[in-house]
Amino acid sequence: MDRPWNNKAWFLVLPVLALVAISAVIPLMTVVNYAFNDTFGNNQFFWAGLEWFDEMIHSSRLHGALGRQILFSAIILAIEVPLGIFIALNMPKNKGFWSSLCLVLMALPLLIPFNVVGTIWQIFGRVDIGLLGRTLSALGVDYNYVSDPIDAWITVIVMDVWHWTSLVALLCFAGLQSIPQAYYQAAKIDQASRWAVFRHIELPKMKGVLLIAVLLRFMDSFMIYTEPFVVTGGGPGNATTFLSIDLAKMATGQFDLGPAAAFSLMYFLVILLISWVFYTVMTNLDRDETSGEAK
Amino acid sequence: MVLELKGVGKSVAGRPHIHPTDLRLDGGTMNVLLGPTLSGKTTLMRLMAGLDQPTTGRVFQNGEDVTGRRVQDRGVAMVYQQFINYPGMTVYENIASPLRILRRPREEIDRRVRETAEMLRLTPMLERKPLELSGGQQQRCALARALVKGAGLVLLDEPLANLDYKLREELRMEIPKIFEASGAIFVYATTEPEEALLLGGNTATLWQGRVTQFGPTAQVYRQPKDATTARVFSDPPMNFVPIFREGNRICFGATANAPAEGALAALPEGRYIAGFRANHLRINRHSGAAVEFDAKVLVTEITGSETFIHVGHGEDRWIGLVGGIHNLEAGAPLSVWLDPAHVYVFGPDGELVVPAGYALAPQEKVA
Amino acid sequence: MARITLENLAHSYLPKPVSDADFALKQMTHIWDDGGAYALLGASGCGKTTLLNIISGLLTPSQGRVLFGDRDVTHAPTAERNIAQVFQFPVVYDTMTVRENLAFPLRNRGKDAGYIAARVGRIAQMIGMEHGLDRKARGLTADAKQKISLGRGMVREDVNAILFDEPLTVIDPHMKWELRTQLKQLHRQFGHTMIYVTHDQTEALTFADKVVVMHDGRVVQMGTPEELFETPAHTFVGYFIGSPGMNLFPAKVQGREADLGGLRIDLGADYAPLAGETKIGIRPEYVQISDQGHPVSISSVEDVGRHRILRGRLAGHPVNAILHEGESLPAEPRLGFVPGRINVYHDDWRVAPGKV
Repeated sequence: MDRPWNNKAWFLVLPVLALVAISAVIPLMTVVNYAFNDTFGNNQFFWAGLEWFDEMIHSSRLHGALGRQILFSAIILAIEVPLGIFIALNMPKNKGFWSSLCLVLMALPLLIPFNVVGTIWQIFGRVDIGLLGRTLSALGVDYNYVSDPIDAWITVIVMDVWHWTSLVALLCFAGLQSIPQAYYQAAKIDQASRWAVFRHIELPKMKGVLLIAVLLRFMDSFMIYTEPFVVTGGGPGNATTFLSIDLAKMATGQFDLGPAAAFSLMYFLVILLISWVFYTVMTNLDRDETSGEAK
Repeated sequence: MVLELKGVGKSVAGRPHIHPTDLRLDGGTMNVLLGPTLSGKTTLMRLMAGLDQPTTGRVFQNGEDVTGRRVQDRGVAMVYQQFINYPGMTVYENIASPLRILRRPREEIDRRVRETAEMLRLTPMLERKPLELSGGQQQRCALARALVKGAGLVLLDEPLANLDYKLREELRMEIPKIFEASGAIFVYATTEPEEALLLGGNTATLWQGRVTQFGPTAQVYRQPKDATTARVFSDPPMNFVPIFREGNRICFGATANAPAEGALAALPEGRYIAGFRANHLRINRHSGAAVEFDAKVLVTEITGSETFIHVGHGEDRWIGLVGGIHNLEAGAPLSVWLDPAHVYVFGPDGELVVPAGYALAPQEKVA
Repeated sequence: MARITLENLAHSYLPKPVSDADFALKQMTHIWDDGGAYALLGASGCGKTTLLNIISGLLTPSQGRVLFGDRDVTHAPTAERNIAQVFQFPVVYDTMTVRENLAFPLRNRGKDAGYIAARVGRIAQMIGMEHGLDRKARGLTADAKQKISLGRGMVREDVNAILFDEPLTVIDPHMKWELRTQLKQLHRQFGHTMIYVTHDQTEALTFADKVVVMHDGRVVQMGTPEELFETPAHTFVGYFIGSPGMNLFPAKVQGREADLGGLRIDLGADYAPLAGETKIGIRPEYVQISDQGHPVSISSVEDVGRHRILRGRLAGHPVNAILHEGESLPAEPRLGFVPGRINVYHDDWRVAPGKV
């Protein structure tokens, strides 16, 4: 829709633009600088061209982290999205005490700082003093996230599900709330099955928010750092070393600034690419939805 | 104020929504935009208001080119189908809001709010919130907000569509009075021919993004320039029958014919389409000149004092509106009559060839 | 198909209603015939939607019973009532094609494919969508979607009743004519019990055999369109039906005559003496305009195309009259009332003529 331009609006955006420049663009340029140069940290730079990129692309360490990262994101999406939808469908719909209580309980995990979530689970799962760890041991389950890679994975995944499923559920709930009552009434009259109601009424109406939820959860999980770092520190071995943990190790632990910068640039591009694909799919679906309804 | 559109058109993604249109609306006139849904009424209004920019053409106010000027600087007000008010404010604050934005002195705001409220019969509700009011009162509040700042151009986009039938009737009677008191140009979009007739003033008929005719409402109704205008301005829909002239006779379909008299005397030989409105199709020989058709009853609809009779005549489906209660059995044969003086003759391209004779007779005016 | 009985039905949205005013639907008993076409007509807030929701099973009434045939369905859920409903705004399954939408209620009931195909074909023809059956419903215009909703409402043959909740709101005037006729033809062919809720008198009168006029939670009159027009039982019906509505004047009634602010009006029938507030009512259609009769001051004449509406004052009271096409307005118009067409109202309810 083209409207008369109002140039005053630009002045209102200026402060934000300045902030973004300082907080995002300038650091990013520094990273770019590191990625194409070799340095020992004393402000002396030697042009390295694409060397770091080449090294990183062929690095088996990176491949390992990327593989773990994709597996992790896929697993938590596969759990959190259906579970979030399921919870949203079963939340009380009428406004009232139970509905408010539900919303508050759901929102709680979202309000806890990431490192606190990590700490909670780190202690919770400990075999010596943690409630979960001790209970499991007492029940005879051989559980130890410090030594067993599978246990470590399970702990990290359960923690993420606990932390973030509410976000998916709340978004879906908002989508469900926008469905007029007449649709449910019509479905009853048509004797539609529960599955048909979900498939043909609820899912189509949730589609928009669901895509946003998937996008948010994908980006977030792909960049996950704090929680697994606090719980497992990336271990045992490299079992839970995801991309950003590996990146941090490389940059701050080993001072391999050049490869780390190249790595983070590629990392950034991958996330950008996948988000762009999501965005395109989303807007195309929207266009489908509204074509022919234009007034 | 005078509003002029010169060649104003609007295309979106290469598809024309409004074809280039010339229109001149004089100060203090009521102008109805009549057309079905999606015919372009709303788009045309948005172009008039400056909410959208035309792809072609210019918009003038008082001879000054205002194309591209912001809505806020144009002195326009708009009322929508939905009742749009600030739910958190009282009716008084709602009406005052446009004046507060203009930073008028407090006394002036108070005076104008009270005057406008009085005109729209909102005085007793000034301290209440819009959502506590009935639909009709809510829409009056929205109207008051549009009128209070004294805009020279007031655009009403189907303002009564969401109201009950009877409330609609009441507000429809009030709107011309409000309009007269305001002295502004009113533009009123509607899908209903009856509403256009009741509002009077001028009417522009719209069809698929084109203004097909613009003129005094009664004139557009009685002397449509083409079949499209006639169809848009008929409710029930206009009836059509193919006719042809042969010598001194006008033949209606295969069976009926009448002498070529009155307005029809001037019709050149050839094939045409004749159009006539429902109230001119009768089930008795109501005039000496009436032509008889053999038809078949499809459905009858009774309104209490009158009956709509849907009949089939060959391939054509017609609707007749006759006085009294007639419960006719579906499928039964029925003779229907039509006076040739009530027939509009359109050429194969839809252009009017001969106007209906009755419409040319002058109607007396009442001051 | 079934007869619908409403027995001592009343409903309040409050948990403990005390006074009459607490009831959205005041106590009523009605029997609606099997195969009848009924319209519930009234302004918004009159209780017509409440009544519809009770019949469809969305609401359980505070008191009374609803029977379909002999079966008490007061507490039965919607799905068990075997009804169909068409809503004010289109309710279509966006993910399905038009054909799947129409077939959906039949598929869910396990009808065989041949029957479904035949039935869907027939309904598609009725709503004029036989050529777009394989299009997705998403992306269609609002009125096309509403036609699908109507079709889905009509596709089952064995329903107890079909309920329509202001179904033509989103439909263009021209399309309304077409759909209304199709509904009527369908009613004639299949004989379903149909209940049509609307605020639009034209829709109600043209659709229904019996119109149920509701006002303030009560049924004020149930009758044929002709009865509602000629002998409105309540002044509200007189006002609500007709456009413009009935002229109502406060008047003193004595025998065959009424005294309207000094004007003597012939009522055409004898009335018993009435105490309290009395009014006489006459339809604008029965007010004759000529150079004879009662003096009138005219304020406006509105040209509605097929006739003109004359608005003025008679003995200080507003009056409307209809001037038919071709009739001319005399230079000094006066009004006359057709005697047999006057109704007399006592405390807003109609009084039948006749001596005590």
